Amino acid sequence: MALSKKTLIHMYETMNRIRLFEQKLQEFFAAGEIPGFVHLYLGEEAVATGACSALTDADMITSTHRGHGHLLAKGGDLKLMMAEIFGRSTGYCKGKGGSMHIADLDLGILGANGIVGGGGPLAVGAALAAKYKKSKEVALCFFGDGASNQGTTQESLNMASAWKLPLVFVNENNGYGISCPQCKSMAVVDIADRAAAYDMPGVVVDGNDVLAVYEAVTEAVKRARKGEGPSLIECKTYRWRGHFEGDACTYRCTEELEEWMAKDPIPRFEAKLLESKTLSRKEADKIKERIAGDIDDAVNFAKESPMPLTPALMDDVYA
Amino acid sequence: MSEKTYLQALNEALRQEMERDENVFILGEDVGRFGGCFGVTQGLFDQFGEERVMDTPITESAIVGAASGAAAAGLRPVAELMFVDFIGVAMDQLFNQAAKMRFMFGGKATVPMTLRMPQGAGIGAAAQHSQSLESWFMNIPGLKVVIPSTPRDAKGLLVSAIRDDNPVVFLEHKLLYGVSGEVPDESYSIELGKGEIKREGTDVTIVATSQMVYSALEAAEKLKADGIEAEVVDPRCLQPLDKDIILDSVKKTHALVVAHEAVQYSGPGAEIAAMAAEEALDYLDAPVKRVGAPFCPVPFSPPLEQFYIPGADNIVEAVKSIR
Repeated sequence: MALSKKTLIHMYETMNRIRLFEQKLQEFFAAGEIPGFVHLYLGEEAVATGACSALTDADMITSTHRGHGHLLAKGGDLKLMMAEIFGRSTGYCKGKGGSMHIADLDLGILGANGIVGGGGPLAVGAALAAKYKKSKEVALCFFGDGASNQGTTQESLNMASAWKLPLVFVNENNGYGISCPQCKSMAVVDIADRAAAYDMPGVVVDGNDVLAVYEAVTEAVKRARKGEGPSLIECKTYRWRGHFEGDACTYRCTEELEEWMAKDPIPRFEAKLLESKTLSRKEADKIKERIAGDIDDAVNFAKESPMPLTPALMDDVYA
Repeated sequence: MSEKTYLQALNEALRQEMERDENVFILGEDVGRFGGCFGVTQGLFDQFGEERVMDTPITESAIVGAASGAAAAGLRPVAELMFVDFIGVAMDQLFNQAAKMRFMFGGKATVPMTLRMPQGAGIGAAAQHSQSLESWFMNIPGLKVVIPSTPRDAKGLLVSAIRDDNPVVFLEHKLLYGVSGEVPDESYSIELGKGEIKREGTDVTIVATSQMVYSALEAAEKLKADGIEAEVVDPRCLQPLDKDIILDSVKKTHALVVAHEAVQYSGPGAEIAAMAAEEALDYLDAPVKRVGAPFCPVPFSPPLEQFYIPGADNIVEAVKSIR
């Protein structure tokens, strides 16, 4: 697929934005500056970036508890996200949602979700709304290997297919559902095989190859926009960190982690861009430097923002 | 104005709202050509077609979740579960998703979804098809809970529920579907959170909901023979709750009985009794009494089921114990 230089650079920037954002969170969480807990997306940047690059702002996504990458790839604002994760009143959710509940309906982000498998039915609703309004928009549901075993996910796959909804299911198979490896939680090796049960295309892609993800999702989006119904794309990737920050990861071996870290999606994409002369080393360094600056700005914005005032507690319980 | 059943009133509300606003649509099991498990959606499939009256697979989570997602995306879905008892299957989509979305997104979403569910005992449907679960929903910030008793209320409240920008749980009693009453033909709405005095009285306040409103009215007639004039108050919504109408009545009558078909223990009566104790204790001449179902699942066999359902005699007994 021939992509414009602009698109390729945008993808490169997005992956780096997610990476540096997450690394910053890792640092601040370790320093005890972030309330609650965070689930980092490190190592999986190619999935969100590839998938969201195939969408427009009007298309809607549902995300997961590991959602920062999806939100940033869909255009989420660094400052508003950072402030929310720090629990500040200036954050996306005014400090009421935190890391797992960030949404921006103007950007088509129907929310990260604290419940594994919670997003599927909502994505069905978003796709149904698009079809109902004959708008040509599509919905995209990110879900993990763990969520793939939830009834809600299976119900959503079934309903979306029965009704030929414009919906793309993007499975991020990072190998683990909490601490349980895939081999202990399901008999199938490829989650994409489950698509056959719903008579929809099921595709396995290298989830650490942003272009492969982009191509597969683009194909599925095209199909969805034509009214041909949903698809299931399984992106094989790996979770570098534990289920949550602070997870000692006693359930997996370092060799496995090292093997996957060697397949880091960012240097891999960077090498491709350098080789094709889409990007020079100097430009690459400049981009990273700019993003690092943006993230520092976001951190400063978050830290300088006030905590929410308690009278605001009861706002937004009801419309 | 003409005589209509509760079922016809609900059907008319759906039809008129769908005619008024093309963003209103229906989804659920059996709602299409079949016309709804109890017949509430009959005729709508023929009038509006399958794009607006959607038969779903038997997947309650997907029904409630799809309705919530579509609502967040700008539509006004009216979802139906065949029996309220099935909400357990879909509870996450209701209480963790629909009810919380607005708050946890900092006001960034509105979820104008109506979830209609028939509840109540009395048709021999046994423990998994007969419950009254309103207290579950009352305990979830973000939901509105509507529980109409009369055909007129059913229509006006359903119209308001559909137009409301929040997820609304709309609880119909299956024994009320055949009850008739005067219902205006034109479209009208009744504000959510406004109760109604169904019978004026001076000696005791009976707060009753749904089917129990009729038991309370029957009880009031029996009490009249003994010289006790009962005031029957139907809050019509449990969230928001019309506290004023209840407290004002208690201030007038100085005695309170709360009657509902839900299990008495931790039922809606517990909240209403506590509210009266907190806010109107000085006006009460006697302890608040509750009438609700016993703390057991709904039984099947007719004599057991009839014994289980609280009725007018239980209310009379409760009133006499304090007056």
